[in-house]
Amino acid sequence: MENGDDKSPREFDWFDRPKSRKLLWRLLIAACIISFLVEIPALISHDRHATAPIDFGKFNIPGFYAVLGFVACTLMILAAKGLGIFLKRKEDYYGEPEEETLPEDIDDDVVL
Amino acid sequence: MTTLFSDFPPAFVLILGAILVPFLPKKIRSFYVIALPALAFVNVYYLQLDGNTKWNLDVFSWLTNGEPLELLRTESPGAENPEAGYKLAKAFGYIFCLNAVIAFIFAFYVKKSTQHVAALIYIGSALGVAFAGDLLTLYVFWELMAVSSTFVILARNTEKAKRSAYRYIMIHLLGGLLLLAGIVLTIQSRGSIQFDGFDFATEQSAGTWLILLGILVNAAVPPLAAWLPDSYPEASVTGGLILSAYTTKTAVYTLLQGYAGWEPLIWIGCIMSVYGIIYALLENDMRRILAYSIINQVGFMVCAAGIGTHDAISGATAHAFCHIIYKSLLWMAAGAVLYRVGKSKCTELGGLYKTMPLTLIFGTIGALAISAVPGTSGFTSKTIIIHAAEHEAAHGHASLWWAWLILEAASAGVFLHAGIKFPYFVFFNKDRGLRPKEAPGTMLTAMAILSFLCIYLGVNPQPLYDILPYGVNYNAYTAGHVITQMQLLMLSALVFFLFLPMLKRTSTISLDFDWLYRKGGQLFYKATDKSLNSVNAATRKGVVDGFIPRLSSFFTTAPSRILSWLVTPVWLAQGLNSAEREKRRDQLFERGRRGAFPIGITAILGVVLLGVLYVFSWFAR
Repeated sequence: MENGDDKSPREFDWFDRPKSRKLLWRLLIAACIISFLVEIPALISHDRHATAPIDFGKFNIPGFYAVLGFVACTLMILAAKGLGIFLKRKEDYYGEPEEETLPEDIDDDVVL
Repeated sequence: MTTLFSDFPPAFVLILGAILVPFLPKKIRSFYVIALPALAFVNVYYLQLDGNTKWNLDVFSWLTNGEPLELLRTESPGAENPEAGYKLAKAFGYIFCLNAVIAFIFAFYVKKSTQHVAALIYIGSALGVAFAGDLLTLYVFWELMAVSSTFVILARNTEKAKRSAYRYIMIHLLGGLLLLAGIVLTIQSRGSIQFDGFDFATEQSAGTWLILLGILVNAAVPPLAAWLPDSYPEASVTGGLILSAYTTKTAVYTLLQGYAGWEPLIWIGCIMSVYGIIYALLENDMRRILAYSIINQVGFMVCAAGIGTHDAISGATAHAFCHIIYKSLLWMAAGAVLYRVGKSKCTELGGLYKTMPLTLIFGTIGALAISAVPGTSGFTSKTIIIHAAEHEAAHGHASLWWAWLILEAASAGVFLHAGIKFPYFVFFNKDRGLRPKEAPGTMLTAMAILSFLCIYLGVNPQPLYDILPYGVNYNAYTAGHVITQMQLLMLSALVFFLFLPMLKRTSTISLDFDWLYRKGGQLFYKATDKSLNSVNAATRKGVVDGFIPRLSSFFTTAPSRILSWLVTPVWLAQGLNSAEREKRRDQLFERGRRGAFPIGITAILGVVLLGVLYVFSWFAR
């Protein structure tokens, strides 16, 4: 369980390395850009919702869903942050007892 | 076997089977509780609900105008779609049993039998509700579900769980009473105990609204939702997993069966989907994040019930089916972490990918599925609901564009709070030096099965579409659907990592509507204590301690006072000084207190009185 074991190979810590984090950031941004780009052929061929039974009218704007995702998520995070000012309380707010025991159906190795 | 099961309530397989559980040795018991829901699954599969059932019980015919209790819902021959109602019941029956089988595989390690008994009765009564054909049967199973689920919470056996279970049962008893009141009124006004769709245009009444309110308590609609994130995370590792699937989904089933097309549900569903996200973003406890995420997901289904078209009902059924699978998967991943680490707060977890990689992979598949990433079951089910909203909006119900917009925004938010936040804060984020072992084999097996289902139904949803109440003419995999969904999700992910500093977890809780009965209850107690008890104290001081003793002393001392007042002039005439007069007065009072005047004085006073009377009578003449 401890990592002091000499025989074990070096611990897998790829996600902790600054290099990997940089790579993941780049991949994410690339994915965002690609999701924009792949829409273009569909828009040109007017095929974007060709198999849907209805015409989308005003929502046939390039990048509409990307903007929706971005704006909606930003608003929700800001809303949560703002409400947090009023709603967040210390964990002992309700005067509940600190848990004196762990659940019974738990690994025997775990100690409180 | 098949003939037996073609007409047998699957609820009884689990409820009767549960009775045996405590008497079995541990090794056999773990297999037995897996086999039991599997048997119920076979039972559901073979059910032939064509109207010939011996499970129409006449026992309460005096109460129901001769109508039998229908333990098994059958086809309704007169209706436009005679099969829809029972296909809906069957679809929920399948997933209830399937989920139970896998949950009990996960729970293979559980040593005590109490939780298994409660869980089996709970799941059985959920099946009972799904197949109930009349309102009375529905009510009985509904209450059985509330009681047995309380025992599932209690099985954690800690003080916190006890308190939480108490609040849980109080809210559910309230919901049950609303339901009962509604059922009584509805039976009275309709003259029938049948449970089939209530029509929004013609059947709005106090009765149907009360039933709806009772169902909405179980569907966890705010402000009546706080019981869910309050209680589920207080249950045990397995308890939380089992609870997450049944109560809310049974409520969704009842809404789809009874309240399709009730417009207010559209907006209630929209509120739920956003409310769940906001609170999940604020939460620190991983299992509480998942609890709020249930409210968010059920919001989509409630909205679909409000839209009420065939596509919407089928979409909600498909979504409930897939939701139970990926939500169980997420609860299992969280449960495995809790099992190995003993912690469930994001501020205490992190970096677990190093030693629990399989749990991470399975949990991530669940997280991707709940976010409706193409290739997972969320994409082939949830999008049917959004498609149905779109379709209605484009065909005359322009206000539904708002519902559609909120559902799309909420889809983006799901990726934020459940899709990324849960795996990120538990498995990555900061290495806190935790090096737990990988989850046990049975847990991994259960998670692997659910992960497979998430992907299988995402790639090949047709088997699921075939069991839906109405045929689905929907193809998720068009270029447009996939591209727009990926845009929505990728940009949501970008927002998550851009705003990561703002999302940093704090070791806090967030106030929800349960404040009203947790703090509000205390305040109410204090307020009534202050107001009523102060009236009580004032009354005691004024009346009991003040007025009554004075009244009593007045009556005991008044004759002596009057007497001393009368004789003072006599004493003055005798020339007694003030000290002697004081002494005489004390004697007088002492005699008055003891009632011990010498007989001579009494006689003299009698003569005086007679004299006075004589003088009066002389004047009166």
